[in-house]
Amino acid sequence: MMMQTTTEVFEERVAYHSQERYVLCLYVAGLTPRSTLAIETIRAICERYLSGRYELTIIDLYLQPEMARKAQIVVAPTLVKQSPSPIRLFIGDMTDETRILQGLRIAS
Amino acid sequence: MTRTVTKQKASSPASLPKCATGIPGLDEITGGGLPKGRTTLVCGGAGCGKTLLGIEFLVRGATLYDEPGVFIAFEETAEELAQNVCSLGFDLDDLIETRKLAVDYIYIERSEIEETGEYDLEGLFIRLGHAIDSIGAKRVVLDTLETLFSGLSNVAILRSELRRLFRWLKQKGVTSIVTAERGEGSLTRHGLEEYVSDCVLLLDHRVEGQISTRRLRVVKYRGSVHATNEFPFLIDEGGISVLPITSLQLQHKASIERISSGVPALDAMLGGQGFFRGSSVLVSGTAGVGKTSLSCHAADACCQRNERCLYFAFEESEAQLLRNMRSIGLDLEPWVKKGLLRFQVARPTMNGLEMHLAGIHKQVEAFQPHLVIVDPITSFLSSGTDSEASSMMVRLVDYLKSRQITAFLTNLNHAGSVLEQTNVAISSLIDTWLLLRDIELNGERNRGLYILKSRGMAHSNQIREFLLTEKGVQLTDVYLGPEGVLTGSARLSQEAKATATAVQRSLEIERKRGELARRQQGLEAQIAVLQLQFQTDREGMEQDITNEQAYLERLEQSRHEMAMSRKAVSNGNEAHPKKKGHK
Repeated sequence: MMMQTTTEVFEERVAYHSQERYVLCLYVAGLTPRSTLAIETIRAICERYLSGRYELTIIDLYLQPEMARKAQIVVAPTLVKQSPSPIRLFIGDMTDETRILQGLRIAS
Repeated sequence: MTRTVTKQKASSPASLPKCATGIPGLDEITGGGLPKGRTTLVCGGAGCGKTLLGIEFLVRGATLYDEPGVFIAFEETAEELAQNVCSLGFDLDDLIETRKLAVDYIYIERSEIEETGEYDLEGLFIRLGHAIDSIGAKRVVLDTLETLFSGLSNVAILRSELRRLFRWLKQKGVTSIVTAERGEGSLTRHGLEEYVSDCVLLLDHRVEGQISTRRLRVVKYRGSVHATNEFPFLIDEGGISVLPITSLQLQHKASIERISSGVPALDAMLGGQGFFRGSSVLVSGTAGVGKTSLSCHAADACCQRNERCLYFAFEESEAQLLRNMRSIGLDLEPWVKKGLLRFQVARPTMNGLEMHLAGIHKQVEAFQPHLVIVDPITSFLSSGTDSEASSMMVRLVDYLKSRQITAFLTNLNHAGSVLEQTNVAISSLIDTWLLLRDIELNGERNRGLYILKSRGMAHSNQIREFLLTEKGVQLTDVYLGPEGVLTGSARLSQEAKATATAVQRSLEIERKRGELARRQQGLEAQIAVLQLQFQTDREGMEQDITNEQAYLERLEQSRHEMAMSRKAVSNGNEAHPKKKGHK
């Protein structure tokens, strides 16, 4: 029920602020093939759908381990959508593009 | 007992290295602690103390063994956790500040997560690794790891990642505890026991007859001897304490020191010196025969020796006991104030039997008494079955004996029951058994005391009348006569009768003595009279004799003069002619 409500609010916001900036943060654990795949996929999605209005930071948890605690990361890779609200987490190698687009509320 | 097992384990070279938890009792039953550098699974239902066990493991490690620890909380935030354990005297904030403890709260909310492909738990590994490295942790607690199963849907990934996690923890060389909820028909809901194979502890919180008892059991401990029983444990203001109390061995020392019972006459009955130190004394009797009074005398005597006494009262409050004892001239309050006497007052139904025993253990450990009084042991029957109560008493007596603490127990017999039998069937454990009984006679009820048995000493076989006076308990001889045993006023009247007879007898003797004296006086007077008479007679006779002699002399004289005058004889000895002439 909660999910539905959140989604509805989100849809409204997307409708009203279709030009809103996306602040995304991708946490990976080292440059494993899975990390590389995730980075490439998310970059491609951003370029295709959010060109010019997104900000993507990629953080390697091995280099900044304290960031895992700060951002409540358990799983790698994790993409955190900090803005627009609500905060949303995407875990995995980002191969499921439909779910990402749905989660980001980007009309395909 | 378990303690000796611990020592043996520690000394044998091939034994598994152990990590002492510092939790009282747990190290004893696990033979030294949890397996060092390995993972232990702690499972149990909701509210049975898993988190607390984990926290205490870390706190004790940090404070007692200087081993920093990491707590990964999946269910509570660090603040909540600190608040929750504050009541147990654990200051988490201080430990965190001094870098002895790191708490990391892991938040996973399924509704915020979109799964978009393959993933791993590397984030968790990095957080854990970072926390461990930042304070040089030796101990790790993961509470409750199973939360991951509700946050992430890919069970296959989770399972393989958990397997990797446990391997990784082992490689890190940290001793870790993983907690898990108990599942239906299995130890844990998600089968974590499959991955953690070194040591599994099961916590349990059961309610029987409205009385709850917490229990702990070592289900499995690879590579180590461990106790297999269920051990009751307490959670109180000092944290967890597990009580390894099922050991039963007859190895206690036997002291030859004697201690007073507080009643001189009773000491006299017990071979003149009282009980043996460290022995078990049972006073049994029906209601109102003075069991508590006798107990208080023993407590008083103990405090007078400057020794500590712990009094478990299950029937009266402390104030009530003190007041009642004052009426028989026993003021125990100064001892309480001096810290020599401590009352532990509780309703027997407040706890289960195991908890009572656990509580007694804890109190004894804390107070280190020389005498423990349990008044009465029959109260335990109300919080368990007869056999449970009996097994508990056996362990209690055994425990006190192993500590060389004198146990003074009272047993309430119900009217009509066999006196020489306790309801909790522990008579064979008792060294000295005093029996208080009612003696009903002549419309009176009086108290009698006798020693049913007293091991290792010559003791009186007499029944004594037991009196509660203003100066405390006193024992008097009962009157034994042709009419049987007399007590109370019957004894008093019999004694009065005996006294009267005795008085009469002594008067008679006096009288006889007087008569004898008088007779002697009479006799002596008679003798004096006779002597006087004799004296007179003698004097008269002597006078006569003198007179006769004088006459004879005069006669001779006159004859001589006559002869002289006749010139019959010459001057000289003319006897014959004299005689002739005389004829």
